[in-house]
Amino acid sequence: MTSRNGEVRVKVQDLHKLFPISRGLFRAPTDFVHAVDGVDFEIKAGRSLGLVGESGCGKTTTGRMLVKLDDATEGTILIRDSESGEMLDVTEIRSKTEQRDFRRNVQMIFQDPYESMNPRRTIFDTVSEPLAVQNIGTTEEREARVVDLLRLVGLTPPEPFLFRYPHELSGGQRQRVAIARALVMEPTFVVADEPTSMLDVSIRISIMRLMLELAEKLGVTYLYITHDLAVARYMCDRIAVMYLGKIVEIAPTEELLTNPMHPYTRALLSAVPVPDPTYQRPVVEIEGGVARAINPAPECRFIARCPFATDTCRTEPHPGLDDRGNEHHVACHMVGPDGSWNGAERAVLSLRS
Amino acid sequence: MTDSRMDTAEGDFGGVTSTAERPILEVKNLVMNYELKGGGMVSAVEGVSFNVPKGKSLGLVGESGCGKTSVALTLMQLAADNARVLGGEVVLDGDDLLKLDREQMRRRRWTDVSMVFQGAMNSWNPVYTVGEQIRETMDIHWSPKPTTAQARAKIVELFNLVGINPEMIDRYPHEFSGGMKQRAVIAMALACDPKLIIADEPTTALDVIVQEQILQELKKIQHGLGMSIIYISHDIAVIAEITDLLGVMYAGKIVEIGSTAEVFARPRHPYTWLILSSTPSITGPRRALAPLVGEPPNLLDPPTGCRFHPRCPFATQICVQEEPTLMEISDGHSIACWNHEQVPLTLKVDA
Amino acid sequence: MVIKDKDPAEVLEPTLEEVAGVVVGVGEDLPESLWRVRWRLGWAGFKKNWRLFSENKIGMFGLALIIFFALMAIAHPLLRGVGPWQADNIYDPVIGFDAVAIDYEVVATEADVADPVTQIDVRTAQLWCFGVIPGDVCTINQTPAPPNADHWLGTDPLGRDVASQLTYSTRAAFFLGSIAALVTVGVATTVGAIAAFYGGWLDNFLMRLADLVLLLPLIPILIVVSGMFEVTMPLLGVLIGILSGFGGTAIVLKSQALSVKVKPFIDAARVSGGSNMHLIFKHVIPNVLPLSFLYMMFTVTEAISLEATLSFFGLIEAPMTWGIMLSTAQTQGYLRSGLEFWWLLIPAGVAVSLLAAGFFFVGRAMDEVINPRLRSR
Repeated sequence: MTSRNGEVRVKVQDLHKLFPISRGLFRAPTDFVHAVDGVDFEIKAGRSLGLVGESGCGKTTTGRMLVKLDDATEGTILIRDSESGEMLDVTEIRSKTEQRDFRRNVQMIFQDPYESMNPRRTIFDTVSEPLAVQNIGTTEEREARVVDLLRLVGLTPPEPFLFRYPHELSGGQRQRVAIARALVMEPTFVVADEPTSMLDVSIRISIMRLMLELAEKLGVTYLYITHDLAVARYMCDRIAVMYLGKIVEIAPTEELLTNPMHPYTRALLSAVPVPDPTYQRPVVEIEGGVARAINPAPECRFIARCPFATDTCRTEPHPGLDDRGNEHHVACHMVGPDGSWNGAERAVLSLRS
Repeated sequence: MTDSRMDTAEGDFGGVTSTAERPILEVKNLVMNYELKGGGMVSAVEGVSFNVPKGKSLGLVGESGCGKTSVALTLMQLAADNARVLGGEVVLDGDDLLKLDREQMRRRRWTDVSMVFQGAMNSWNPVYTVGEQIRETMDIHWSPKPTTAQARAKIVELFNLVGINPEMIDRYPHEFSGGMKQRAVIAMALACDPKLIIADEPTTALDVIVQEQILQELKKIQHGLGMSIIYISHDIAVIAEITDLLGVMYAGKIVEIGSTAEVFARPRHPYTWLILSSTPSITGPRRALAPLVGEPPNLLDPPTGCRFHPRCPFATQICVQEEPTLMEISDGHSIACWNHEQVPLTLKVDA
Repeated sequence: MVIKDKDPAEVLEPTLEEVAGVVVGVGEDLPESLWRVRWRLGWAGFKKNWRLFSENKIGMFGLALIIFFALMAIAHPLLRGVGPWQADNIYDPVIGFDAVAIDYEVVATEADVADPVTQIDVRTAQLWCFGVIPGDVCTINQTPAPPNADHWLGTDPLGRDVASQLTYSTRAAFFLGSIAALVTVGVATTVGAIAAFYGGWLDNFLMRLADLVLLLPLIPILIVVSGMFEVTMPLLGVLIGILSGFGGTAIVLKSQALSVKVKPFIDAARVSGGSNMHLIFKHVIPNVLPLSFLYMMFTVTEAISLEATLSFFGLIEAPMTWGIMLSTAQTQGYLRSGLEFWWLLIPAGVAVSLLAAGFFFVGRAMDEVINPRLRSR
């Protein structure tokens, strides 16, 4: 897998996903849920991007569009093909061969280790399924490859695991199998949808470490979807914070944590639990309003909950995700072009005690 | 005048330093197994002892299968049909709950000790209003039954306490948000003014901002009412925020117990130390985390000696042979480990 | 997020390999070929299910009934081929004839009958012996005959051995039941899976079709069909299978398929590159099949009862079935005879009920084996 660090592997432009709310059998829908509403980002080779947000923000839908489990309503998704080196437009895939190449390049690790494997198929069946479906290799070759992968993900010795069923494995072991399945075709890009949130805490860290190791060893690029900022910090080079279908802030990890600019990011960071009873928690600055995901108004999505909203925010359309220097992009009218805060007084947010 | 019961030979559990009062709950050597159809016994709770001082909160932390929920259910005599209590005492304000028969326990439930179950916010009956459902609890447990006016007044008081607009009393559960449903569950747990509340994963399914709000509410309620609460969670960060005392459980046993501040500052049991060292956090160093190897043990056939020894980096021969008992190593701080001196004093391991 | 893990109170069983005896060492090549290993694992899986099933008393009772009837089905050709029934054609279930002929002396009127055992009045005699007058001897065949040494369950009104008829018909009953069951499983599973998987108008169409089929009264339809066509046993089986399959069973299996379709492993298979067909046949249907087999049992029950009803009305083209036995009794006027001619009614009736019940009990026991597993998975 050739990867020149620095080249763009994934590029998402103006991605939209609208779910129609049906009004009946014969009437065209007029109401839409704007699950993903204009998302842009780039991921470079060998790097990882964390997509963080609370439930309903659109992060899972974005992930699903990237692996073509759902089709985008609008926008383009470009993935670099490992063989040709060209960027494939995922939204324009028509032929079966294009589909096949796509599935070889992009894979997914799912959240639920219990339900993401067919309970009636053995581990070997599950991990070799991508190979079987695409008719790659003979049975012996597939067996050998599966054995290699199981060893790679830490299930040693691998042979006894081949013919076990999922219910005979623990959660951590199953998730390792899921990782093996995602890597069996040597993809260049893997979307991981909260892969550790359903695992025990003592196992999470070993799975996360495994994913980091494999990323380095195999040069895999990750999109890591999670609601847990602490996990995103551990796993990702850059973090994008989503709210109601839009990215409100995106920056390199440590930059985001030391210098969060968007009010929502700051509220999230203030609310994250910290395993330290002496931690002085900053005040969580957020209002309790309810925001609309159905036919949202054109102004800033965050107004209903923003304690710093001004008239500008209420009259101007939703702010663009603009660069404030340091690869730090924020979508907020109150943040100046150099990253300074032009709004009302707010608490000092310092996570370094 | 210190209560002599606090200085028994078994050690001072619970880190109580100054109160002269008897703890609201004293659990001594609780042993509970699940009996399996084939005849095997799953050793779910093995000699667990702890005290909950009046007006304080105790956290029980551990992985799934460590027995923390089993302890809570056993306390309330709500464990599964195949649960067998094989020993121990559970003394709530002077009375041993385990010695009560079903009817006596039923009368105690909710009025003396109530519980917020895991996923309780999803167990609201969708065809009745929330007010009706809380009223039902009061009808069952109050003696004599409350009049409509009394019930109403109490529910309004409860809603104000947990931060829900009293208008919502006559609304249906689907009109409540997730956070509000959880608050309503807490209100219901408080409906009969219990002496002790057990909250099992009270914020697990909630988004982080709502979670923080609920935790703040819980702290306020606890301090305001002087409630004694037992929090059960796998999330050590949540426990750090809201508990005064902390008990770490592993494979059915308490391996470390003490005040929360003390246990976090100076974890002396290898398991606690490893858990604290392997939890990602937004503060502190980014990636210097030590992984825990292996899996929690099979409780049908637990490891000999110390149940943690197969995964312990500090295990020695004695750990395989003899099970350590809880020993007090400093005021109110006890651990069950033969080699606790080997546990490093710094929390994170250099990557 | 809810952390899920194995409930410590769950029974921890030996792994399937331990049961199957497949032991693979570290670093060795797999000692047996893949299909061998799969076969052994499949067998081990079956043994595990059997253990669960055998704990259910009702299921075992049902199974015992089925085995009993299976033995009876085998018994017929054995008894006719090498057993005590080979001797005469009197034991043929359709054309056999055996009756005790009794000579009666014909007398003028009933009042003249001194000894009913040897004498009979002329008017009664003329029912059997044409043109007889007082003074003649009328030979009357005594049918149906009650159970005796030659005929263990007696003979029917046409002189045929009842036991032979009973055992001969068992085969037909099993045959019909199997065809109906297989067709039902095939139709219902496919319809259910396709409706669930594709959704939209196809789903609507198939479900409305299923509703329609549910509304149709089964027996009158079968009566009309058999009035128009020759309904042989295989055809009846297929008909029952299709009507059953498209009806309620399809609806139930569709909802099961729907619950499988939304599971993440379907998404995972899609991301691996699986086409819709691959997903339906390799993932959805295998997870629906256990429930299909369950309903198959109930279809057999239905089929056996239906056949008895239809042949009671004389609508089936078959040499001999239990229903035809009952039909013969009815047309010869013995239906309301109460217990006096019990061997004409009770053996066939009980056979229908018991075999149908046997399959039903097995189905109920399978329900307990299958459903908890479906839930916990």
